[in-house]
Amino acid sequence: MIVSIANNITSPLGMTTAENYAAVKAGKSALKRYEGHWGLPEAFVASLIDRSNFTDNRYTIVEQAVIHSVAKALESANIDTSSPKVLFILSTTKGNVFLLDKREKGFPQERVRLGMMARQIVSYFHNPNEPIVVSNACISGVCAQIEAMRHLESGNYDYVIVSGVDIQSAFIVSGFQSFKALSPEECKPFDANRHGLNLGDAAATIIYTRKESVSENEWCAYRGAIRNDANHISGPSRTGEGSYRALKYVLGDIDLQKIAFVNAHGTATPYNDEMESIAIDRAGLSNVPVNSLKGYYGHTMGAAGVLETIMSMQAIDDNNILATRGFETLGVSRNINVTNQNQPTEKKAFIKLLSGFGGCNAALLMTKGGLR
Amino acid sequence: MMIQHRVYISTDKAIVDGKALELTEKGSALLTQIYRSHIGDYPKFFKMDTLCKLGFVASELLLNSEGERNFEPREDRAVILFNRNASLQADTNYQSTIQDSENFFPSPAAFVYTLPNIVTGEIAIRNKYYGETSFIVIEENDEKLMEQNLSVAFQDTDTQSIIGGWLDCTDEEHFEANIFIMEK
Repeated sequence: MIVSIANNITSPLGMTTAENYAAVKAGKSALKRYEGHWGLPEAFVASLIDRSNFTDNRYTIVEQAVIHSVAKALESANIDTSSPKVLFILSTTKGNVFLLDKREKGFPQERVRLGMMARQIVSYFHNPNEPIVVSNACISGVCAQIEAMRHLESGNYDYVIVSGVDIQSAFIVSGFQSFKALSPEECKPFDANRHGLNLGDAAATIIYTRKESVSENEWCAYRGAIRNDANHISGPSRTGEGSYRALKYVLGDIDLQKIAFVNAHGTATPYNDEMESIAIDRAGLSNVPVNSLKGYYGHTMGAAGVLETIMSMQAIDDNNILATRGFETLGVSRNINVTNQNQPTEKKAFIKLLSGFGGCNAALLMTKGGLR
Repeated sequence: MMIQHRVYISTDKAIVDGKALELTEKGSALLTQIYRSHIGDYPKFFKMDTLCKLGFVASELLLNSEGERNFEPREDRAVILFNRNASLQADTNYQSTIQDSENFFPSPAAFVYTLPNIVTGEIAIRNKYYGETSFIVIEENDEKLMEQNLSVAFQDTDTQSIIGGWLDCTDEEHFEANIFIMEK
């Protein structure tokens, strides 16, 4: 069994998992409107972390966010990161891309390479292994966890530290603006009046290990899958093909009654949410509660899969299904069960779903105490 | 695990299963020459950035060497590629469209390629592969590390073979592909 032993979320809503969960449970969001920010001509709504939290000028803000998140997670895990049996897997889409801006000084250009960025982080923690960076667009955070499960299962390593990060910059925001993918207001996942996504900063970390058996309070990464739509590089499949196939694989023959909720990608773009509704319905999950956390954090890209998995574990630990902030009226073609308020649950399993550019989709089934 | 076929492409050569193709061009013109002489039926090629062109051409040569192509949809083949520079060429290209506030014209057509896994998507689309696609960035071209990451991917019980290997590009003139088919 692959078991989660520690985690952290570093975001505008807090620097620890507990602070983040308390804020989200109370319905708080860090989404704000920014005008003239980073010299961008067009205003945008985003969830941005206070840059003054990060003062160590040997590391970029992206690196510092990861280092903070990993260090916090390590506080509750008794492991020696200098051991060759510990592997670091990073999940990011754009890493230090802001260094390409000619006005940026103070760091060597090579730090724009994701592998170099990852080396800064592992060297901070004195880890001897070459770090692996999963860069699979918006599904990276679940892919990195699947990669961790596989390396632990194979016995290659005893602990894997999975950290997801993306910190917003003019590069990313202007790109999504050029795509007309950003919402001019706070995003409304699955809602009839949704107009696109918001972007967000975050770093999030989960530490996994392998155990013979799990106790009823331990979280187990049960099964994960990655599937492609084989349809379009920047638009999701109209049949939810890859997402449906990933879901089908992770569900296997388990009893769907055991699933507390599906934590969807739910970016609030018209196409993504429609596609997910089709995949969820095709997989027989239309009665299962569905939520999205983008209304609290925006789309945190490489961090999303890790952050949203942690928040979902926290919610079940609290016997709670989180509300989909921003959602009022169902605006997708399939009649799925999107939550608009926090609601109690006694169930102990959830599914994390993600989809991204390149036609990729990922699903992860997490269970508390195995599948009993 | 067994490696079945291998394609190597660098800026001035292409080698399929140990045999060099007869080519005269260099850099991205070499990729176009391979496209025209060995592929030719996929005009979307011309819209791609260099990393995608490289991955597309290399995977076409690889699959042609595997045998007759039928393009039947399949879920049992994964595409898992590695490199050092992620989407650096596309990133640099996109940055140039926003560098100057007096001349600010961010292009969605340029932005879409600023992800390394677009190429794995292009290969999946061309071949109707519904299986796993993934892109992993590592600092060194280390075949052992790649093999370790590919062999564990067979834990997905649907995956029977993988198009895997190295696919790196820094600009139109500098790139390297070394990809293969790995069977379970």
